[in-house]
Amino acid sequence: MSISVQLRQDFGGFILDAQFAIDRPGITALFGPSGSGKTSIVNAIAGLLRPQQGRIVIGDDVVLDTKSNLFTPPRARHVGYVFQDARLFPHMSVETNLRFGWRRRAVRADEAEFARVVSLLGLESLLARRPLKLSGGEKSRVALGRALLSAPRLLLLDEPLAALDSARKSEIYPYLERLRDEAKLPMLYVSHSLDEVARLADDIIVLKDGRAIAHDPVFDMLADLQFSELTGAPSHGAVIDTHITEHRVEDGLSALVFDGGVLLVPLLNRPIGNRLRVRIRAEDVMLAAEEPRAISANNVLLCSVTAIRETGTTHVDVQLLCGKAKFLARITRASAKRLALASAMPIFAITKSVIVDPQTS
Amino acid sequence: MLDAAEIEALLLSLRISAVAVLFALPLAIAAAALLANRRFPGKSIVDGLLHLPQILPPVVVGYLLLVALGTRAPLGAWLLHNLGIRFAFSWTGAALAAGIITFPFQLRAIRLSIEAIDGGLGQAAETLGAGRFDRFLNLTLPLALPGIIAGAITAFAACLGEFGAIITFVSNIPGETRTLPLAIYSALQSPGGEAEAAKLSALSIVLALIGVTLAEFADRRVRVFAGR
Repeated sequence: MSISVQLRQDFGGFILDAQFAIDRPGITALFGPSGSGKTSIVNAIAGLLRPQQGRIVIGDDVVLDTKSNLFTPPRARHVGYVFQDARLFPHMSVETNLRFGWRRRAVRADEAEFARVVSLLGLESLLARRPLKLSGGEKSRVALGRALLSAPRLLLLDEPLAALDSARKSEIYPYLERLRDEAKLPMLYVSHSLDEVARLADDIIVLKDGRAIAHDPVFDMLADLQFSELTGAPSHGAVIDTHITEHRVEDGLSALVFDGGVLLVPLLNRPIGNRLRVRIRAEDVMLAAEEPRAISANNVLLCSVTAIRETGTTHVDVQLLCGKAKFLARITRASAKRLALASAMPIFAITKSVIVDPQTS
Repeated sequence: MLDAAEIEALLLSLRISAVAVLFALPLAIAAAALLANRRFPGKSIVDGLLHLPQILPPVVVGYLLLVALGTRAPLGAWLLHNLGIRFAFSWTGAALAAGIITFPFQLRAIRLSIEAIDGGLGQAAETLGAGRFDRFLNLTLPLALPGIIAGAITAFAACLGEFGAIITFVSNIPGETRTLPLAIYSALQSPGGEAEAAKLSALSIVLALIGVTLAEFADRRVRVFAGR
């Protein structure tokens, strides 16, 4: 299912003028600061906002075309929407909430599907409860389930975690990751939190002043030397996609394999074979021109330099390619000069295993 | 304790009030749904007209009803000959008068509770495939229930006390249109009726207290239902 979006709306001073397309299932993050037009975009896709000018196509179905005065109302768009404030119906039980969209589906589904979503989101014990009696995290999960059960062609998530504290957030992450990794449904995930985006997104669309200024896979985007400048967000560090291959219990370490080598991290409480995103901060990476021996750091990776960028008076940022994985190192300008860093040059990247930050709960 | 005429006045009052509230309720819900959260040209005029019965002197309302629906008035005569409905000098006329006078009570309470519903819920329902009538039935009505019940009870209590419109429109006929307030008035008009008037007034006070308690109880139960 591919989705193409083109919108233009003048909000009296602020002009939203965005264009992008999503052509694979998984999570595409709509990333940008507050007031960059993120919510207006998802509202227009859902049909809750009718823009002055635009065209939105979901699959083969044109749901908005202002040129031909075509506008499909929200109830006929089959677009799921998870609102930031959950918006559960307070007079209905959790089960009745979950079945609200389910009962109004065009094609009847069997009970097994309902049970599958309930168990995917761990909602079994909540079914009889009223929304008033739920915690914030539970509300988010019910809202997610309710939207999924309406059989959407596309799922919109508008900062679904923004109202939650970090403990509640880590309660929801695994469910969203499972949904993403099933990769059946395209999801547009609105967020201004780089942590959420780095952990969840497959692709990132950067929104700035009402325009979509960049659209790339998350691993490329976060390893982009221009990213901070592009988004105005502080440097986050690159993210690498890994699998757990081994637990060395006697050493207290777990081995994570990725395209480009192996990373050793403190022992993880997760089964072998699990996918795991690992964040490597640029500040935590050292570079060496020769392979260091007799060094306490566990992770020495042979990389090549792909780009260098000066970031102020003291530092340079270096983009490294290790296999197909990209990440960044921040070193001083003096070090760069001493190593005679240049593009395409092979280099060893050193990172202590303890500072690698696997984003798991 | 109560003699036959007093029981008759009591039951008549209850019947007239119940009929008045039940017939006005669906209209009040429809009007409230139309007025709440919506703008259209002439809205303030419609709004004003619907609230007029509360502002006009009840005697004026009774007089207007008499002019419109009296047996010799065109509309009243038409209703009587074609549909067999007679309002003038009948308890149904009393119910009509009470219903009109107390309609704004219901309208206001219901409209306020509809406007208090979070508009985001309607949007959520829309994205889940619910059309306008579907949303009205499954969201607006149940969520406005506290207001609907509060409005109905207030209107019922006000109907019990209605005097001016009833006596002007349908007169003071024992067993037909003599409700409690009219019975109290009649007692005060007859020599030595003070004890009678006091007794009926006490009865009215008891009824009012029961109404208030009932409203409080219903409100609490319904708020739990509506998840507020």
